[in-house]
Amino acid sequence: MIWNEKIECASRDEMKALQSERLIDTVQRIYHSIPSYRKKMQEVGLVPGDIKSIDDLSKLPFTTKQDLRDNYPFGMFTVPMSEIVRVHASSGTTGKPTVVGYTRKDLNTWAEVVTRTLCMAGVHRNDMVQIAYGYGLFTGGLGMHYGCENLGASVIPISGGNTQKQLQLMQDFGTSVIACTPSYSLFLAEAMEEAGIKKEDLNLRVGIFGAEPWTEEMRREIESKLGLKAIDIYGLSEVIGPGVSCECEHQCGMHINEDHFVPEIIHPETLEPMPAGEVGELVFTTVTKEGIPIIRYRTRDLTRLIYDQCACGRTLVRMEKCKGRSDDMLIIRGVNVFPSQIESVLLDMSETEPHYLLIVEREGNLDSLKLMVEVQEQFFSDEVKKLEVLRKKITHNIQSTLGISVQVKLVEPKTIERTAGKAKRVIDNRKM
Amino acid sequence: MIIKQLSVFLENKSGRLNEVSQLLGDAGINLSALSVADTSEFGILRLIASDPDKAYQVLKAADFSVKLTDVVCLNSPNVPGALAKALNILSSEEVFIEYLYAFSMDKRSANIVLKPDDIEKCIQVLQKHQLELVKASDLYKI
Repeated sequence: MIWNEKIECASRDEMKALQSERLIDTVQRIYHSIPSYRKKMQEVGLVPGDIKSIDDLSKLPFTTKQDLRDNYPFGMFTVPMSEIVRVHASSGTTGKPTVVGYTRKDLNTWAEVVTRTLCMAGVHRNDMVQIAYGYGLFTGGLGMHYGCENLGASVIPISGGNTQKQLQLMQDFGTSVIACTPSYSLFLAEAMEEAGIKKEDLNLRVGIFGAEPWTEEMRREIESKLGLKAIDIYGLSEVIGPGVSCECEHQCGMHINEDHFVPEIIHPETLEPMPAGEVGELVFTTVTKEGIPIIRYRTRDLTRLIYDQCACGRTLVRMEKCKGRSDDMLIIRGVNVFPSQIESVLLDMSETEPHYLLIVEREGNLDSLKLMVEVQEQFFSDEVKKLEVLRKKITHNIQSTLGISVQVKLVEPKTIERTAGKAKRVIDNRKM
Repeated sequence: MIIKQLSVFLENKSGRLNEVSQLLGDAGINLSALSVADTSEFGILRLIASDPDKAYQVLKAADFSVKLTDVVCLNSPNVPGALAKALNILSSEEVFIEYLYAFSMDKRSANIVLKPDDIEKCIQVLQKHQLELVKASDLYKI
């Protein structure tokens, strides 16, 4: 089923006309209410009247995660707080999270786009949807939740973790759709195996997986182990959360809800727009959001756009699975991790520049994070217990900053390889 | 009375101890005593060298994590019960020991290297009870 056929199957001209009208309005709103963005426009000699259609989009300055941090917490909101009905936040590199706010209309938009993506995935109102994304400040759980309710499906708001309970409800409630990170779905499959539960004992039909990168090999493995169709969904809180784009049943790229979120592909270094079909950095402009509209937000995700007509009948442009990042961010078990976060934790503890190496592995189906820290003199003690305490303290501080577990190993100075004087910070051994 | 002990951080991997002893040997540094505290992941090498400051420089130059730690060395008669007597005195005076290692010199005496929690107090207590402390210069010469 196509939820909003008028929009999802619009012609390119109709879509551009809609995007143009909405962009003009968005630029006006931002220019008059966000001093930092107005300044950016003035610096390049732009006034809102210069933006006459979506074709003028590339004239506008970019917005980055740093802009959100500089305006922490609410400086990028374009409406008074009385209009904001919800805030979400994602983990930050320096302790400050990235905060986004939603008006009542934004929540309706969000529910609408998630509902469209659920229909793309083949979910319908008779489905029992188990939402195993985290509920809370993270947009995953609540974002999926309101989309499912809007569709009319039955929601099990179980949130993340608690694997035994997940399995029990999947069996007892006849869960037909599971929404979680792809790695967690494989973890569930393992737990099923251990508990002697066969996929035939379950009623699973569709899985909606996102919030972290995954491969086609993982897709095949998930589909065979859980006996469902594995659908890739994409979103980021700065744009809205889950529901920015999603695959349809043909699994050939994620349809972007481009009447709300206009995509561009730019060269990550020159920042120039790339020709259609080429791989570059994905940039989004929200054209209907009220709480925190955002112009040309650099996602740092590398992908390409596909404008060919899809077999499902939708004309919404598709984006390929992300091929990597144009910065050093890692996504580990759905959590965004920047090496600089680890650096600041170690710096807080030692007052001098720490040398460390982060090793990401995929053991079985779960990502694991190992951290090697060189024991420089400022860390070293002649007593075993003090070093053990140090190791535990590093582990604890990093876990509480990143929100994921880490295994810390103390190593001798100069054992971490340096290239041209600068230490290599990350080794990602996951095959993506 | 205070002895400078070298403490060296070692990862649990083969060849590291060889490297330390080779470096010190090449620098003409003799070792009087040595012990290794090990855990599953790393070890701490503790040693008494003939020239602690030079040994420190040599190991530091080779990128080892090394530090000089103050310890004391007790010379005790090499007879049954002598160690217990000394330790009883320390514990009754509330001097706590972080670690120790000991070696016999001959049939008459043994040396016990101690890292107490409070080194000044430890020395006072041992002297008060007429226990014999080894001079740093004497220990380095062994």
